[in-house]
Amino acid sequence: MHSWQRMGVRLLGGLLPLARPWVHPEMHEDAAAAPIESAPLPPLFVVPVRQHIGESAEPVVDVGARVLRDEPIARPQGYVSAALHAPTSGTVVKIEEHAIVHPSGIGMRSIFIEADGEDRSTGGWEGWPDWPERDPAELRERIRACGIVGLGGALFPTFVKLARDPRHPIETLILNGVECEPWLACDHRLMVEEAERIVAGMAILRHVVGAARCVVAIEENKPDAAEAMERASIAGGLHDVAVRLLPVRYPQGSERQLIETITGRQVPAGRLPLHVGVLCVNVATSAAVADAVLQGRPLTERVVTLGGEAMPQPANLRVRIGTPIDFLLRRQGLLDLEGIEIIQGGPMMGERVLYPEAPVTKGSNAILAMARRPVEPESPCIRCGHCLQVCPAGLMPNELAAHCRNDRFEQAEAFHLFDCIECGACSYVCPAHIPLVHYFRYGKGQVAAIRRARAFADASRRRSEAREERLRREQEERAARRRSRRPAAGAGVEERKQ
Amino acid sequence: MQTELSSPHDHSGSSSRVMMLQVMAALLPATLVAVWLFGWLALLQLGFAITACVVIEWGVLRLTGRDGSAALDGSAALTGLFLALVLPAAAPWWVALIGALAAITLGKQLYGGLGYNPFNPALAARVILLVSFPLQMTTWLIPLPLPGGIDLAHFSNAWTIFTGGVAATGQPFDAITAATPLGRLKTALHGGATVPEALAAAHYSLVDALLGREGGSMGETSALALLLGGLYLLRVRVISWQIPTSYLASVALLAAIAHAIDPDRFAPAPFHIAAGGLMLCAFFMATDPVTSPVAPRAQIVFGIGCGVLTWVIRTFGGYPEGAMFSVMLMNCLVPLLDRHLRPPVYGRGAGSLR
Ligand code: SF4
Ligand code: SF4
Repeated sequence: MHSWQRMGVRLLGGLLPLARPWVHPEMHEDAAAAPIESAPLPPLFVVPVRQHIGESAEPVVDVGARVLRDEPIARPQGYVSAALHAPTSGTVVKIEEHAIVHPSGIGMRSIFIEADGEDRSTGGWEGWPDWPERDPAELRERIRACGIVGLGGALFPTFVKLARDPRHPIETLILNGVECEPWLACDHRLMVEEAERIVAGMAILRHVVGAARCVVAIEENKPDAAEAMERASIAGGLHDVAVRLLPVRYPQGSERQLIETITGRQVPAGRLPLHVGVLCVNVATSAAVADAVLQGRPLTERVVTLGGEAMPQPANLRVRIGTPIDFLLRRQGLLDLEGIEIIQGGPMMGERVLYPEAPVTKGSNAILAMARRPVEPESPCIRCGHCLQVCPAGLMPNELAAHCRNDRFEQAEAFHLFDCIECGACSYVCPAHIPLVHYFRYGKGQVAAIRRARAFADASRRRSEAREERLRREQEERAARRRSRRPAAGAGVEERKQ
Repeated sequence: MQTELSSPHDHSGSSSRVMMLQVMAALLPATLVAVWLFGWLALLQLGFAITACVVIEWGVLRLTGRDGSAALDGSAALTGLFLALVLPAAAPWWVALIGALAAITLGKQLYGGLGYNPFNPALAARVILLVSFPLQMTTWLIPLPLPGGIDLAHFSNAWTIFTGGVAATGQPFDAITAATPLGRLKTALHGGATVPEALAAAHYSLVDALLGREGGSMGETSALALLLGGLYLLRVRVISWQIPTSYLASVALLAAIAHAIDPDRFAPAPFHIAAGGLMLCAFFMATDPVTSPVAPRAQIVFGIGCGVLTWVIRTFGGYPEGAMFSVMLMNCLVPLLDRHLRPPVYGRGAGSLR
């Protein structure tokens, strides 16, 4: 739409529904009709060692090693970490830094695999069609071994969420099929085409955590997905699954907001969904769980939406982890990257792809090509309050941003800067074009740096205190020894004197 | 600063300039009524005040070494429009000029420009003018709707009034002026009359008040036109319902209760709603985003405060009109209200009243 047309619509206004406080970005879903296709295999795969929240995984293969698909190539380090598996068969040619999608543009240690073109697999682990007889702990271990993380973008290792805590039994399992960002369609297609897989995963997850009820959350503009999920649930013998259609609004797909919509309860700040008895799992994650348990297949591929207004052919591709993004763009006929913006994820929360040679990882739900928008200059805040009306976290973004911009981090923290989920709704509506999220990230980064510095200073102060304490003690001990050597001379005498 | 690095990568397309345009569009009905009532005079005042505000804003920006193009962001023009609408039609040109100067320099740029002023600049200017030039600011022309009204329909006559103060018809000035309904009521009550007597003596009619056929500032006489504009602003979501609703409701409620207790001393609610600058203040001045609270609960308290003060000043104060003063008084409390009536933060319990 031309800007003057938009202005006309705004001035006339009567066409806009009265609907605050929610953001309704224009829901382009060009890819929603495109069936999932398999992407071709690139000649070289790049697998970064960290594709999840938590510690990096540690490579278990050396340069020159020959690997088969599904073979573990890196093992988790620590509890919150996830294993990585070879996406195809080939040779490990090097292990070094490579560009990844990250706002800072930093690189990450990555395992490079030259494909041999045969795509042979180890066959994975043994499938467990008898999973209902198995112990939840065993299933959890399998899910962990398969490197499954939250594919909705959270990238939290799934097995961690599945830990049973007797103090917080899980009552509700929510399958998140809400794609609240424009252009995204990977979960939508997966629900339409592979609902059985998702439902199978749901049954397993429910068994593992012992949830009493299951809810599938889908936006009401995806009736086909809802129907497919309902049908698959009944076919899978899960008759009590509730498919809930939710209004299209943003940010509905965000875990905490979804939990509030479904259960009417808010997750208290600083606590987890399990504390209100909820487990929330993305539909693609659920499908991956089914593969892991039923077929013993680790997570080596995912569905990626290729869309955006500048994408010649929108598509949903089943892509192996480690496929370079530019390889996919070329497949879709996008050769010239001049004047466009490549974004991984949705336009609201996605990251800009600074290096198109960066690989697809477990978190790549979409690769969008967007026309580069002219940078609107930031004008003064007119205190219209729109940002605050759309904030799902209940913050006052205008005020927070002013604190961050003026380096008043303590105030920003006191007003719950860290409760901001960076959904971008406030920036999206701000008429003054203030890059609010940018300021919040800056503020959070600075606060983290200050905390680190303080922790470091504390630690060194403790060290030096400990050292002084030790020196003093040693001196005292020496003195005591001296005294204890002397008593032969006169300890008894002194006592008697008193 | 490289701001484009951060998400989101899309924008709703709204802008401050469009919002200013929307407010101007919302003032269109009231402006048209002013033209209908006061003819060329209204157009002269409007053109003069708007031009003066934009030019002065540009001058101040340039003098302080800033980008002069910000004078075209719509906010200065809007201030000019507001200013013209709160002036009496008969105000001489130099009153409008001083008003424009006061609005832009004292009311806005002194505080740091757009977004930092604690009061609506046009409102501040009107108070300054009222204190400085009480005679010129309370000389209300009898509105005589076109066609067939007074000779103000003729440009030359309007020009004379606008500049000189005596109508070219040769009539003495007094013959074409009249006090506002609130003013007449106040005077009559002072003279010992009861409310019904005073209203009857003044030939008060609610219909006239709603349409604007009463004395008053150019833009505040027609309650209906202002309501229309206000509903439009709600519709396009430039303002939210909290302030106008709580403001009008509290005035109406107080007036109704008092009237029920003693109908001879207290005017009824419809009179208060239609009279004076209440509608203009409720929909346009109290909701001025820059000078009103942003937090919804703070907005409700703000609106109630405005309403209570308006009624109290009108009823017990020495000055017949209270809407404008009450809004400015409440403006002073905005930082406090926003601080203590913050929205509840997700996951931190219902009240964040701290
Ligand atoms: S939306 Fe922008 S202009 Fe409006 S209050 Fe928030 S920060 Fe200020
Ligand atoms: S980005 Fe943060 S402050 Fe802005 S609307 Fe989302 S949660 Fe609220």
